[in-house]
Amino acid sequence: MISRSISAIRLSLMAVLLAVAMPALAGDQTVGQAKKAFTVGVLKAKVGDTITFRNDDEFAHNVFSLSDVQSFDLGSYKKGEVRTVKLTKPGTIEVECAIHPEMKMKIEVTK
Amino acid sequence: MSNSFRSQRVSLSLILLFGFLVIGSVIAAETDPWLRPDAAPAPPENQLTPARVQLGQLLFFDPRLSRKSTMSCASCHNPALGWSDGLPTAVGFEMHTLPRATPTIVNTSFNSIQMWDGRKSTLEDQATGPIEAAGEMNLPLPELIERLKSIPGYASKFEAAYPGMGITAVTVARGLASFERTVLSTESPFDRWRKGDEKAVSASAKHGFELFQDKAKCAVCHMGYNFTDNGFHNIGLKEEGTPDVGRFAQRPLKSMHGAFKTPTLRDIGLTAPYMRNGSYKTLMEVVEHYDRGGDDKTNLDINMVPLSLTASEKADLVAFLESLTGVPADVRVPALPH
Repeated sequence: MISRSISAIRLSLMAVLLAVAMPALAGDQTVGQAKKAFTVGVLKAKVGDTITFRNDDEFAHNVFSLSDVQSFDLGSYKKGEVRTVKLTKPGTIEVECAIHPEMKMKIEVTK
Repeated sequence: MSNSFRSQRVSLSLILLFGFLVIGSVIAAETDPWLRPDAAPAPPENQLTPARVQLGQLLFFDPRLSRKSTMSCASCHNPALGWSDGLPTAVGFEMHTLPRATPTIVNTSFNSIQMWDGRKSTLEDQATGPIEAAGEMNLPLPELIERLKSIPGYASKFEAAYPGMGITAVTVARGLASFERTVLSTESPFDRWRKGDEKAVSASAKHGFELFQDKAKCAVCHMGYNFTDNGFHNIGLKEEGTPDVGRFAQRPLKSMHGAFKTPTLRDIGLTAPYMRNGSYKTLMEVVEHYDRGGDDKTNLDINMVPLSLTASEKADLVAFLESLTGVPADVRVPALPH
């Protein structure tokens, strides 16, 4: 009875660990926007990864890139909201907030 | 306990109390995000010196920096008018009206980006822009440099400010930027209140400051000691004719269409009319605009929403805004070199 309970706990623990680990294995990463800054200065990622930008400030932010490697405009969004972009090419992508030009970061994308 | 010993203890306590109050107020001034630093930052290659400021002041007030020697920087950035011009929008070369208001240059040295559309990043980058702009002073920089070299009195001023560098577009820009770094807001009633003088502003202004940060959402963009986020927002101003695309010309992104840089609110009592197109004559009109959540909803900034302010709350906000204006510093207009 006790050994069966321990096995069940082990299985549950493994399931939780897998759930936590899976997004990382899939290459998903999250970058926060807090105090008018990106929480990461330079992010290393691979082609196919999905990057999530999360607004942790009380006011709206924006995310865009006009880089040759990959350009995108994820628009403006309020506190607690997220926007995602899938990386399609290798190279360095310069990312900014259009509302607050001081907010800058880079994503170094490899194959 | 003897009377003298008791007296010494009282004196010591008073000294300690006074000391704590002084130290406390100094620390408060240094850490209060709403109080501006004493001096503006300057880049390593253009640190402030008296000679650089003096050169910049001469250039700033010299109309020979314009094609027809009729306009100086001070023609639009007039120290008698809050370092702006008191007009809805600027007037440039041959009295042509320009589409945007003249921004004050008070505290512009603290800004991380310059111009209404952010097309210049530093004061040095910005300084010669209006001189060569066809619609403004309309004097190509090579002609400007030749003209300045032909004025004997300028040679020693440039040499004192930038030894061995000569009269160039770079030294003109650096001199002007140095002078602009000395154009700072003076202590306002709001500053005195923040430093501990409870009587410096009215109860209405104090409540206005609460509203500014909370219900009225002003501080979402007008944040910190210079009351700007150095950011770009479309606040829904009504416009006639072709809309001004603003920041979109620099950053072709949907959210930047019609967006302009958040201006400082320091010395706002001196810089009417207001907004980047000069569309409001009074601060109450400005507050009414934000209370409506803007007028033109096309591509409106998502921070802009109707506020449902009461008449009393609007009056409080205006009282607070008025408390941001200090007594203007006297400015000496210099005799120009010949």
